Amino acid sequence: MTEEIIIAGFGGQGVLSMGKILAYSGMMQNKEVSWFPSYGPEMRGGTANVTVIISDERISSPILNKFDTAIILNQQSMDKFENSVKEGGLLIYDPNGIVRHPVRTDINIYTIEASDEASKLGLAKIFNMFVLGGYLSIKPLIDAEYIHKGLEKSLPLRRHNLIPENEKAIARGKEIVHAVHVLN
Amino acid sequence: MKDIRLMKGNEAIAEGVIRAGCDGYFGYPITPQSEVLEYLMANNPEERTGMVVLQAESEIASIHMVYGGAAAGKRVMTSSSSPGISLMQEGISFMAGTELPCLLLNVVRGGPGLGTIQPSQSDYFQAVKGGGHGDYKMIVLAPASVQEMYDFAKLGFELAFKHRIQVMVLSDGAIGQMMEKVELDDQLPRLTDAEIVKKYPWATTGKTPDRPRNIITSLDLNPVKQEIINQNLQKKFRHIEQTEVRFERFMCDDAEYLFVAYGSSARVCQKAVLLGRAKGLKVGLLRPITLFPFPVDELARLAKQVKGMQAIEMSAGQMVEDVRLSVNGVVPVEHYGRLGGIIPAPDEVLHVLEQNFIHSKKEKQYEPATY
Amino acid sequence: MSQLLTREEICVPENEVYHRTCLLTDAALSYCPGCGHGTAHRLIMEVIEEMNLQADTIGVAPVGCSVLAYDFMDIDMQQAAHGRAPAVATGIKRLYPDKFVFTYQGDGDLAAIGTGETLHACNRGENITIFFVNNGIYGMTGGQMAPTTLPGMKTATSPFGRDVTTMGYPLKITELLAMLPGTYYVTRQSVHTPANVRKAKKAIEKAVQYQKLKKGLCFVEIVSNCNSGWKMTPLESNKWMEENMFPVYPLGDIKVPKP
Repeated sequence: MTEEIIIAGFGGQGVLSMGKILAYSGMMQNKEVSWFPSYGPEMRGGTANVTVIISDERISSPILNKFDTAIILNQQSMDKFENSVKEGGLLIYDPNGIVRHPVRTDINIYTIEASDEASKLGLAKIFNMFVLGGYLSIKPLIDAEYIHKGLEKSLPLRRHNLIPENEKAIARGKEIVHAVHVLN
Repeated sequence: MKDIRLMKGNEAIAEGVIRAGCDGYFGYPITPQSEVLEYLMANNPEERTGMVVLQAESEIASIHMVYGGAAAGKRVMTSSSSPGISLMQEGISFMAGTELPCLLLNVVRGGPGLGTIQPSQSDYFQAVKGGGHGDYKMIVLAPASVQEMYDFAKLGFELAFKHRIQVMVLSDGAIGQMMEKVELDDQLPRLTDAEIVKKYPWATTGKTPDRPRNIITSLDLNPVKQEIINQNLQKKFRHIEQTEVRFERFMCDDAEYLFVAYGSSARVCQKAVLLGRAKGLKVGLLRPITLFPFPVDELARLAKQVKGMQAIEMSAGQMVEDVRLSVNGVVPVEHYGRLGGIIPAPDEVLHVLEQNFIHSKKEKQYEPATY
Repeated sequence: MSQLLTREEICVPENEVYHRTCLLTDAALSYCPGCGHGTAHRLIMEVIEEMNLQADTIGVAPVGCSVLAYDFMDIDMQQAAHGRAPAVATGIKRLYPDKFVFTYQGDGDLAAIGTGETLHACNRGENITIFFVNNGIYGMTGGQMAPTTLPGMKTATSPFGRDVTTMGYPLKITELLAMLPGTYYVTRQSVHTPANVRKAKKAIEKAVQYQKLKKGLCFVEIVSNCNSGWKMTPLESNKWMEENMFPVYPLGDIKVPKP
């Protein structure tokens, strides 16, 4: 098994940290992992993206232009990465702020209204965990206990009190993901 | 139980030098390698081993602090990215002239000038062919993974002291910034001052009555003596060429076409080899791990086996010159590179190899993806 | 009729009024006759000998006339790139905090090409000692203008005199460094008369002592003549120095430790 993922959105949406939690969780489950961020000025407000690979084998290229899954959180990223999803792959996006929706018919497409849900619950800061939950409900690569360990590893000790909240967001994310276009 | 962590390349080498018993780090922030200094400042090397970490006022000062420490027999290092490494060339040349051991890290970004902060491999010539003034070489190690960033800290210091030479870890923004699993070793002790006096009798540790004074200088105005100094340096470089070549073969045994690439480009090519094999193409990858000394003999041997070699670099074609010198015209060698901070994609480089060596040249040229 | 004394009879401890420090080598000094460098070398070596610091001393030589200082000083030394001696000394001292580490630099080295390294080593309060020989000219390369060259002074690169409107002003770097909280003891001395030599030696002793006590950066400027570069006899140059250099670079302590 090798899963190649791109997560893309605005800086500040928790794109990099979502990728980090995914990578840590994969590592805790004894998988090979890599996490390759866009870096530089993007980190401070522009668009940000991260490539995460989770695999049972030694990872070849951490840098890719075709992905099994794209998790898209803003319009620029939609424009940039819709065509980078492999045929038969998966695209999940939060429709909030999206004016041009994906049009491909050779991939699986899901939406997750994570930002709305997160604001409703007063958890806007961990909106990315709803998205992560949505992704894991479609591709359950990593068991919940390893997600927990991943959170423990990637959050600093003084933030460990927030782990239950994060897990709640992940669980809720699994419930609010909607299929738009699913291949047979 | 093994200590396995998920780390950025820059963090891994910082942890690596602490555990390799490094005595001192002197450096100046620059993207994309600032995490090295940040990690060292945050992870208490002073408490853990007594290692000194100092943020200098410039890259120039950093390299000369390294000079001072190295000349006194200590395990010292600095790190920077391309523009900062250019500033350090004076000090590196002085260390070459005085045969001082040290570890240097270049997390390469695109140039020339300020260029970009994105990854690049356009400092190959600077690292491998000398860089500063005078006839000299450094040992150049090219990590292709976060684990190697970690491992080359220890290996780098070993080679530096074994040969009294500067060792440069030539990384790039991709390897520096990405996270992978790293397996950490146990802490090596730092040498005590008494051990340094014993192990490195050349070091300026203070003149004691039992020996003449030690002088570390690259100056000799007598041309006859200076020529001998240079000849001895060259002897050392030839010896290193004989003994320290390192490379990795990936699916080379039956390969008909060969990628040659180092660092993050090699990772891209590794994937391209898998893609090619899935299509039934006999493709392999030769990854130089040491760029100086370059795997000349291995490439010459492979030249008799394969039908063509495709060098892939994030540069306009630097390493490819050494590949061509190695194969000496026996097989065609093509270059493909992306510039300015763009990393080529696996299918892109496979397509290039196919175009150059397998398909008819008349077919439509591949159009590189735009980013 | 008195008998002539033999050498052995003369050379007995009770007759000794002066001895050449054993920390100067037998190499003939490469400095021009009349130059102050030789005296400055001797004073530093005398102090190191008297304080029994040879085994604990690591010196850093600059680029300039004193580039070969290690030929004359019988201590472990490193030769630094032009201007970088304070950075080199920082590297040594941080890794050997108990050794005595000093730099010996000229005006071009310290106050032009190495201004950054000098200023920041001083500002960090590195526990090193800097000996700064200021003769207002680049002696080794053949008498070019230095940052400390006086207004109107003729050099190879200011053949009609230093014009401050295009070439800048003499840099009073010692006063500048004294303003930094990182410097502990800053003084300006000369070695052109026996009285000044005695004062300079006292200043050097203090600077060495303070480093042993880990007090921070000590800075000893020695205003010196350059009879060759100034195109004068040694005597003329000393007189010219008193009349022209000292008004711009007045002798004495500039910063002394607070009691």
